[in-house]
Parts: sequence; structure tokens; C-alpha cells
Amino acid sequence: MSFINKPKVAKLNLPRNELGLTRRDYEGAMSTLCAGCGHDSVTAAIIEAVWDLSIAPEQLAKLSGIGCSSKTTAYFVSGAHGFNSVHGRMPSIASGASAANRALYYLGVSGDGDSLSIGYGQLAHAIRRNVNMLYICENNGVYGLTKGQFSAAADIGSVTKKDEANKQSPIDPALTALSLGGSFVARSFSGDKQQLVPLIKAGLKHKGFALIDVLSPCVTFNDHEGSTKSYAYIREHFEEAVHADYVPLRKAITADYKAGNDMQVALHDGSYIRLHKVDESYDPRNRAHAMEYLRAKQRSGEYVTGLLYVDPDSKDFHDVNETTKRPLNQLPYEQLVPGNQALDKILSRYR
Amino acid sequence: MLTTIEHVDRVNDFVIKLANVNGTGSASANTLLMKTVFRMGVPVVGKNYFPSNIQGMPTWYEIRVTKDNYMARSGRVDIMVAMNAETYAKDIREVSSGGYLLYDSSWPRPTLLKRDDITLLGVPLAQMCNDHFQGVRARILLKNIMYSGVLGALLNLDINIMKALLGESYGAKKSLLDANVKALEMGFNYAKDQLNCKLPMQVRAMDNTKGHVMIDGNTTAALGCLYAGATVGAWYPITPSTSLMDAFKSFCSKWRVDAQTGERHYAVIQAEDELSAIGMVIGASWNGARAFTPTSGPGISLMGEFVGLAYYAEIPAVIFDVQRVGPSTGMPTRTQQCDLLTAAYASHGDTKHVLLFPANPEESFYLAAQSFDLAERLQTPVFVMLDLDIGMNDWMCADLKWDDHFKPDRGKVMNKDDLEKIDKFWRYYDHDGDGIPYRTLPGVHKKGAFFTRGSGHNQYGGYTEDSKDYQIVVDRLKRKFDTAKKLVPKAIMHGKGDNKLGVLSVGSCDGAVREAIDVLKRRGQHVDYLRVRAFPFGEEVEAFLKSHEQIFVIEQNRDAQLKSLLILETAVEKSKLHSILHYSGLPIPASFVVDGISKVLEDEELMRALGLV
Repeated sequence: MSFINKPKVAKLNLPRNELGLTRRDYEGAMSTLCAGCGHDSVTAAIIEAVWDLSIAPEQLAKLSGIGCSSKTTAYFVSGAHGFNSVHGRMPSIASGASAANRALYYLGVSGDGDSLSIGYGQLAHAIRRNVNMLYICENNGVYGLTKGQFSAAADIGSVTKKDEANKQSPIDPALTALSLGGSFVARSFSGDKQQLVPLIKAGLKHKGFALIDVLSPCVTFNDHEGSTKSYAYIREHFEEAVHADYVPLRKAITADYKAGNDMQVALHDGSYIRLHKVDESYDPRNRAHAMEYLRAKQRSGEYVTGLLYVDPDSKDFHDVNETTKRPLNQLPYEQLVPGNQALDKILSRYR
Repeated sequence: MLTTIEHVDRVNDFVIKLANVNGTGSASANTLLMKTVFRMGVPVVGKNYFPSNIQGMPTWYEIRVTKDNYMARSGRVDIMVAMNAETYAKDIREVSSGGYLLYDSSWPRPTLLKRDDITLLGVPLAQMCNDHFQGVRARILLKNIMYSGVLGALLNLDINIMKALLGESYGAKKSLLDANVKALEMGFNYAKDQLNCKLPMQVRAMDNTKGHVMIDGNTTAALGCLYAGATVGAWYPITPSTSLMDAFKSFCSKWRVDAQTGERHYAVIQAEDELSAIGMVIGASWNGARAFTPTSGPGISLMGEFVGLAYYAEIPAVIFDVQRVGPSTGMPTRTQQCDLLTAAYASHGDTKHVLLFPANPEESFYLAAQSFDLAERLQTPVFVMLDLDIGMNDWMCADLKWDDHFKPDRGKVMNKDDLEKIDKFWRYYDHDGDGIPYRTLPGVHKKGAFFTRGSGHNQYGGYTEDSKDYQIVVDRLKRKFDTAKKLVPKAIMHGKGDNKLGVLSVGSCDGAVREAIDVLKRRGQHVDYLRVRAFPFGEEVEAFLKSHEQIFVIEQNRDAQLKSLLILETAVEKSKLHSILHYSGLPIPASFVVDGISKVLEDEELMRALGLV
């Protein structure tokens, strides 16, 4: 275990969000992951983002599948309902939950094993359906809970601790999302909180399916020399293409980016994402360009990070379904049942 | 050879079987004939035997005209309409002695397979269609209407009703209507002029269909979902369940759309597979919506893992299993009751589920609606076990009624006020001693937050690997299943209960069993009959098994799955139960039940051994 449980004692002078809550109010149970696990850093980034967005804990629903990453939903925002479902099937739980109550924030946490092998089909179809949720894939290239087998995200040539080299081509979650029409695609690194926190905020606020592929090294099974998902390798091959800042409604713009490389993307609720292109040639509004850029960098062994693609005007599941604004689970029964007289009318067709 | 059931006359009591090629439009003629009989006030039932194919394979439709309102196949064929040359030889063999066969005599045949004990009626249908109608497609389609006209004359059907029905179908398209009426009249007049229409099989108007409809069980199950207030349906298309969601969508598009804004008060999601469909149902139910999925055997197999999660994490879910012939892909367009065991114990680990068994489309409406109350009250998956015969065939049913004062039972859900009042919420704690804990919904109150998981948990909702804490929860789940016994619909008893012999059956066997019991009664043989309507079995099932010396268990599968469930889940002595098993893929006929029971009753040696004489 990575840290001991902190007692929930209110400290003075802790910063408070718009709801008067401190970061401590967004913590969860004690993590049971290995000390130094990248996933715990992602958990910390989630806590920071949800706190800063002033989302009431009960307005968040945390969903996951099975695996080390999926355990982490217990480690943040204990005031939110959590659902640790079955292996690779979190997207279907999220789709149904979101269909029933469109008013909550849905945050799914998965891993490369859960998302790219057993759950690849469900991930693909949740992207296609554009379910309004943030899906974080904590990507470490291995199966941790079963002790270090390659996942489908392992790069060709990457070696395990037992010195076996992977020979199969990797599945890239970001490229997958881009090719399936994903409306928000990002990549980050668990070790880069500066980059990750704004991406999580923007992903939660994006209307539609937001995927963040977070490279999150496994200190126990995949942090050795020869691994392409180790802390050392990622730091060396990390290349930020676009830096995103989430700017909520009402807040003053304080960023100081160079003109020419900056752009603003308005979100549905009036807030916006402010993008800074580190590589001037990169166009995060152009899907084909984003895919081409990622492929080229992948060939040279680089991880392109940042907000890689966004379409803030995409139609989410409820737009397409034309669902009523009021959550389905809150419609009174009387409004749903046509009554006995209507039944008689319906039956007239069958005489 | 099956014993045929004796009949005194054939007026309003006979079977027409129509042999066709699928994809040639014969369905509209089948409906026309059946509805004409229905509107003449004579009870009728239709059974469709169709291939897993879109065009070109043999298909049959059986129409039973039944003044006594018997809803099963009788086991005989009085009139065969043999329109498929490929199956002619098989079709002629099936006609009961004294019956008739209608064939298309357009082409001279060097030899025509005949039988001495039946009458062949030739009508040059294709010839007449070719002479009077243009276009290949029209000629093929209108041939069906033309033989309907021939049958109209032969059976004394009311041609005005037939014309009115055509008007309802094609009223909007005058030229189409005219062609159909012309074809109908040509067939009718040809039969009047050229054939001897004094068949013993006649339809004579009655007044026995008022207050009834002709409807299939997938449609009524969909209505049950609509009236139960289901808002989320997730599914993956699979025969024979597909028409359930088609019907739900169509009802919702009429009754669940806001007239002003056009916004929908429902969501129907076509999932990528059954695994996802059940996941969506669980996600939606977890969030407090009434959600369901229709599927069939292969889908149930795929849903197994999630069903176990819903059982253990205690999340409501309604699953319609419209059973078809297995194993594996089996025969997708044929009927069976072959998923009883699979559904009862679906998923790994110790799991048991509530099953409901409607016997016909009428009951499938009421039990579909009730399934949501049970799923939410018990916080567990509930399977509504239909089959292809109930789901896809048109049955004559009493009008469905809805009590406008009905209030759904949403079960033990704590609202915001409840949560304000308590100190701590314990998700899996048995406060009331009925094995049913309290649940909370996301978004209501942070005090209600807990972590839903399929992994080991204690009664407070926390993760555990502690043996004792684990057992407290699974033992309570067992107590909850005992509570379910008292909540599920009771079995229905026919007879006074004082006979030594009992018959126990389930679902769509009901029509055949009831008819068989009438036949046996006329022969002086008396039995009591219990039809189970749910699993787990209630006390009344246990009592019936105890109070009868020998019991025939009638079901539609090879492995006696209902009998197995009785042996596993009640105190019955195995040797008391005698299986009568029908698993051909066609609905069980009454004659099969009569033969099965008679075989035992007429075997004196066996009867002595059983202590019944």
C-alpha cells in the first residue's frame, strides 16, 4: 500500500471551492496499489480536478471494470456512488446509467487490459454512441493483478521483466478513438499533473465521450529497462503537441500564451478550453491530421500528448435519441403509463 | 402413430395447414383467413412454422378453428393447402384421413401423388393469375389471395368480412385493393362453380370472440413494459425476441413522446451484443430507471457473467427469454422450453434467479408488468420465460385491462429525506428480517454513496475477504430467495385436488394439457392439474407434489428441465414424477399429451407397480 489512511480532520486554512468544500472532501478510501504506482497520481489529479470544478460529490458517478486501474475509483470522492463492474464491461454500465440519468457526471476509469482486450468492443461502441462521460484509460502496458503479462498496448520490442519481447503490434487507444469518431481525444502522463488536471476538467465538461489515455507506469511489472511504458522511457519520449487549459465560465483569463499558437474552444455550458499548440503545425480540430500526426510520431517511438482532438459541437447519445431534458429516472409514473382507455385503443388493431 | 382426438363433427372444429415458400407473401393470406374466422365470432388460433431464412425455403402456417376455444395444436390436419411443390410429398402424408388437399393444377402433371382416403382439389391458380394480372411479383402475391377466396367458398367464410379486411390492409392504395378483391372473388367464384363445396369442415358464425383480440406474446410483453413504466430498453437483435423490442419502440413512439417538444420519455439502445445489452440494463436500473432486455437462449448464455453481478450486487433487471430450440444456434425459428435450468442458475458461483412463466400472450402482458415490481422489490434479476410459440404466434386472448389506480412497487429505495435522518447507510444490511436490504440511487445524497461491486463485500457495503463477513451476505441472499417464494405469482390449480393422479406443467404447454385433460375426462380418466407460474416454487407447488401419488410432468425440452428443478428445489420423491417430453421444435399438440398419459394409464402392469389399481 502506498500511504496510510489520513484521518478526516478539518484543517484550518485549506482552500475551499465554490461549494465550500476542501480537497479532503473529495478523497476516497486508502489506496491498496503498490507504492509509486502511476495510478495513484491519476487519482490525485482526479481529486484536484473534481474539487476545482466544484462538482458536488453526489453528482459524480464513478465507474470501472476489473484490474488495478479499476480499483482506483474507490480511492477518490467517497461521497459519489461507485460501480466496480465486470472485466471490460464498464462502458455498457455507463451507457445504461447515462441513459437513465443524464444529469450526473460520469467518470469511468479503466486500464489498457480492461479497455483494449476484453473490453475493446464495448469501448469502441461507447465511443460511437458518444456517451456523455469521461473515460480515463490508465495505460501501463501490462496486466498487473495477474502479475505482468503483456497487454494489447505493449509496443513491439518492449520486454517483460522475464526478458520476453512483445512481437504483436500495439493498440493505441487515442488512435482508436480518433478512427471511431471520438469527440474528445487526449493523451497524458501520470507524472505530469500540470497537463493532466486541465485535461480531466475539460473531459468532464465536454458533452460527449471524452477519452484520456494516461500513460501510467507499473512500478512493479513494467518499469525496467527495455520497457516502453517505464517512467524513464516516457519522460524521454514525451512530446506535448497541444497544451489545454480549462477555463470555467466567469473566471478571468490568466494564461499567457504566445499569440498565433493559441485557440479557444467553447463548450456547451459557456465554459471553454484554451489550447496552446506547442507544435505550431498541429491542428486539434482536424481529425485526419491528428491521426496522421500520431501515426508518424508512433513510428519514431514518441508519445504525442495533450488534447489531440476535440469537437465541442458533437451530438451526444441523448441529442441523437432526442431524450427529454429531465432525467428518465425522475419522470413520474403517471407520465409514463398511457392508461386503460389507451390500452383499449391500442388493442383495436388486433381484432 | 399418434392417436387422433375424436370429434363428433367438423363444423367450427378443424385445422387448415398452408404449405408455402417463404418470401412469397403468404403471411397476409394467413392473417386474412384467420381474422375472417375470428370476426365471424369463432375462436381460432394460428401457428407459424417458418424457416431461419428470408426467401425460398419451405414455410407452413396452421389455422385451427376451435369452437371449444382450444389454443394448442390439435395434432391433425383437415385441409392442406399444398402450394410448395418441394414439400408436396411430405404435406400429403400429413393430411388426416377424410381430409382434403388443395393444389395448384395449372400445370399438367404426369403423375400426381394421391391418397385413397383423402380428397384432392385442383385449382389452376397460377394460370388464372397469369391470365388476369400483370407483373411477376403481383402474380405471386395475388395467388395467395386467390386460394384464400377458394377456401372462403369451400369453408363458407363470410366474403364481405374478407373484403373488409382487405380494405383495412390496402385501403390507402386503390389499385392494390382492387387487384386483391378481384383475386379473392376469382378464387371464390371458381370454387363455387367448379368444386363441390359441401365439405364437412365448415365455419358457422358464433358469438364467442367478443372481448377478445388476436395478438402475439412479444407484443403483449412490450405492452407490459410500457405500462410498468420501463424507460430504458437495451437489446441485441435475435430471433425470436426481436419483435418484442420492435413493438416497444413502436408503442413508445406513439405514447411516450412529448406532444409539444417531440422529446422522448424513453431510450431504446441497440447494443453491440447481449453482453452490452444486459450491462446497460444493469447500469440503468442501478440509476433507478426501470430497464429491460429481450433475448433468447444464446443471449442468456452471453449474459451469464453480468447476471451474476446483478444477483450479488443486488441490482434489479428484467430479462425476457423468448426461448427457441437449442443447443447452440439450434433451430432459431422453432419453439422449446429449453432454458429453464440455464436461467434458474445463470452465472458462476452460487446464484439463483426468479423466473416467471406466462402461458399465453394475455398472461405475458400481466407478468411482464409484474416482473418490474418483483425485480425492484427483490433487487435482483427477474427472467420472464416466453417461448417462440407464445412470443411470435397469434393467440386469441381476452382483452387486456389496466387498473388506472395501479402504483408500481419501487422497492426499498431511500430518498433524500430518509438519508438526512440516518447516521450511516449500510447497503447490504438486513434491517427488516426479509433478506432484502435498502438501496440508494446516485445523485440523491452523498450519505447514500457506496461502492457497488461484484467482489466480496460485507453487509455494510465494504470490500471484504473475510470468511464470516462474506457468508453473512450470501446467507442473507438465500433468505431473500425464500422471501421471493411468497411474492411470485402462485401456481394455478385445475381440479378439486382429490385425484391420486396429478399433471404438472408450465408455460405454453397449458393449452395442450387442458385439452388433453378434457379428452381424458370424456374417457372416464380424471387428473388434477397444476400449472407453475414462477420459480422459486411456492408452498402450493410443494403441497400439490405431496398430495398426489403419481405426477406427470409435461414440458417442451429433452432433458426434463422442469422435473429437474422440482427434484432439486422441492421435497418431492423422484420416483413419483413421470416426464412427458415434447421437443420437436413445433408447439406441443394436445394429442401428444393424451397419448403420453394414456400409455401409462392403459399399462395395467405399470399401474399396479405404481399402486394405482
